[in-house]
Amino acid sequence: MDEDKNKCTVVVFSGDMDKVFAAFTIATTAAAMGMESTMFFTFWGLNAVQKGNGTGTGFLGKMLSVMNRGGIDRLGPSKFNFGGIGRWVFKKMMKHHSVMSLPELLEMAVDLGVKLHACLTSMDVMEITKDDLIPEVSDVVGAATMLMEAQQSRVQFFI
Amino acid sequence: MMGEFSPEKTLDAKGLKCPMPVVKTSKEIKNIAVGSILEVLTTDAGSMADITAWTKSTGNELLKSEQEGDVFKFYIRRLR
Repeated sequence: MDEDKNKCTVVVFSGDMDKVFAAFTIATTAAAMGMESTMFFTFWGLNAVQKGNGTGTGFLGKMLSVMNRGGIDRLGPSKFNFGGIGRWVFKKMMKHHSVMSLPELLEMAVDLGVKLHACLTSMDVMEITKDDLIPEVSDVVGAATMLMEAQQSRVQFFI
Repeated sequence: MMGEFSPEKTLDAKGLKCPMPVVKTSKEIKNIAVGSILEVLTTDAGSMADITAWTKSTGNELLKSEQEGDVFKFYIRRLR
């Protein structure tokens, strides 16, 4: 039953621009190499697949959203962000060196058939609903689903 | 004289950085017939290793790879 299909599973726990970039590069290249590629966005990784509107139902959820607004273009580097300056610097440098921007890379990933899944539990904790996510996210799933994919994957990553 | 290849298509990936050369190659290879040749041009230094790895992984045949100045040229036969 757990045949070794040629799959690649990437768990995206981080919401930092640099880490999410690495995650998408791996998943997209895996798809380009013929692997069935799936990404699971959980906790801070959810920032990468949110539309960017305010989220939260209760007071704490809304406060969290104010401090942690989603949207892939809002992600900052894991170091030296300095309140957003680092993000600006990295975007500038990436453009200067002809490296794809994150939103473009996400589009490319989806274009190659990379599946984007979101973690239900962290969504519930942070009071984020499916409507707050970009339409490219196909399913909201749990850990067992992710593990089943991981079992069938030759390569698994936790970023 | 080295046999010259006549590629069915040429993919100009010059100026693109990883993962784009490999990503574009994987898309473009679908646009040629099985058995035909795709010529890929890149300037990305990592592409020599990347394109080679891609052909191995996907079961296509890398006929030739060469460097002319700062342009890397690859000739890939689509096998499946």
